[in-house]
Amino acid sequence: MKKGLLLILVCVYANGNLYSQNISQLVEAVKQKMAKVHNYEAAGRLKTNVSFLKVPVSDVTVYYKEPDQVKIKSSRGVSFIPKGVMSINTGSLLEGMDYTIIDGGTELVDGIALRIARILPNNENSEVVLSTLYIDPSNLVIIKVKTTTRENGTYELLLSYGKYSSYGLPDKLIFSFNTNDYKLPKGITLDFDNGSTTPPSSKNKARKGRAEINFTRYRINQGLPAEVF
Amino acid sequence: MFELLRIELYKIWMRPRTYIAFAAITAIVVIFQFAFKADGVSYMNLLLQNVQDNFELDKIKVINGYFMCYIILNTLLIQVPILVALVAGDAISGEANMGTLRLMLTRPVSRTKIIFVKFLASFIFTIFLLVWMAVTALFLSIAIFGVDDMLIFRVKGEESQIMQITSDDVMWRYLAAFGYAAIALTVIAALSLLFSVFAENSIGPIVAAVCIVIVCTVVSNINVPVIEQYVKPYLFTSYLVGWKGFFYIGVNSDNIPIKGSIENWPAIRNSLFILMAHIGILFGAAAWFFNRKDILS
Repeated sequence: MKKGLLLILVCVYANGNLYSQNISQLVEAVKQKMAKVHNYEAAGRLKTNVSFLKVPVSDVTVYYKEPDQVKIKSSRGVSFIPKGVMSINTGSLLEGMDYTIIDGGTELVDGIALRIARILPNNENSEVVLSTLYIDPSNLVIIKVKTTTRENGTYELLLSYGKYSSYGLPDKLIFSFNTNDYKLPKGITLDFDNGSTTPPSSKNKARKGRAEINFTRYRINQGLPAEVF
Repeated sequence: MFELLRIELYKIWMRPRTYIAFAAITAIVVIFQFAFKADGVSYMNLLLQNVQDNFELDKIKVINGYFMCYIILNTLLIQVPILVALVAGDAISGEANMGTLRLMLTRPVSRTKIIFVKFLASFIFTIFLLVWMAVTALFLSIAIFGVDDMLIFRVKGEESQIMQITSDDVMWRYLAAFGYAAIALTVIAALSLLFSVFAENSIGPIVAAVCIVIVCTVVSNINVPVIEQYVKPYLFTSYLVGWKGFFYIGVNSDNIPIKGSIENWPAIRNSLFILMAHIGILFGAAAWFFNRKDILS
């Protein structure tokens, strides 16, 4: 009886340990896949959707250089680039960071069983408090990232892959973030009241913003001039 | 008629006060341009406030010729009515003051024709002022700051908004805005001309017209519901800023601006009708009173 109980306990411990090891290995495998990309230049179209911003879709170029340099430049005109979108390179999220990985189990998204890895930075002064990665284990790509930061709230990345999935680079990403209400002092702009109305909003409410980038092409590992950053 | 108009324009261009308006516009525009060239980023920081917490934006690109012109017009088009009144308020009263009114009316030209020509001359002066504003505020700003997409900062009801107009969608809006401003300023010209009919010297009608514009503008900008609902719609000064409507771009369901669109054209059209009705009523009243004006006593 005692032997049987001990065997069950050993099995449970071993299974849990194996499971935990698996998620670490999975994260490591994703990291290795992304490590193939040393730099890239990607052309894309940025669509920003924030209630107080009426801005057109703009052409942007995204530059990445390892370990964690990301720059987004507008090809022409003025662009409002959400600050957190700089974290679009999910590989750099794990780069050079001392962290603990906790297995968050599995979640079925669009028919794919995604493995959930919770990344907890070991440095208590880290800007990132918690990152949750939703990983497609068969393709070794990150489908969704939820990151909670100290200063910039919580943001979420949704990634879709196509012809560059072998490098772990998305064809499309949707970035959701918190944004504060925008208020101009009345009288400063002396506006024309044209009678059009906006739906009432609750004061000082934190709003959700959304930015979407559709990538049209990547130039991978062809080097980038230093002045880009 | 053309000869009368030519004489009226000659009189306007010969008066030193005419050039005060052009000098004032030039001074204001140049000061604005200098200030923004020196430290426009501080002003932009004020306008962008907490937007900067969430977004990265090239502020130097935003301070371009189109944006500069909008900021300058925002200030100038409140002051320009005063400059229009300087000339239009002098049209009849100036003649009375110099003693030339009786002489003029003894000629075989109808009084209606005379006042119409004076009104037309004031209108042409207004057009010249606007052309000068376009040259200095728009084209000079473009030469100094270049062109790029234009940002419009606006308070709409309880919300503040930032609208972006692409650089290739701006120029026609300025053309329309200057056209609208011409009609808006003609209201001031007609008002000043009406006061001018009753006065024997120029100061009275100029000051009266300016005071009405100032009081009505102040009242138009009192953001108290009772004023906004019951008083504002009946003040012509509420419609003077209607030129901005051409810069309020329409958006689709995704909040994306639609190139070439205006958010609320009927509101601009109605404002134009109201302003034109003011011109008709004020000029009609001026002509009516001028035709009955006693020039013997």
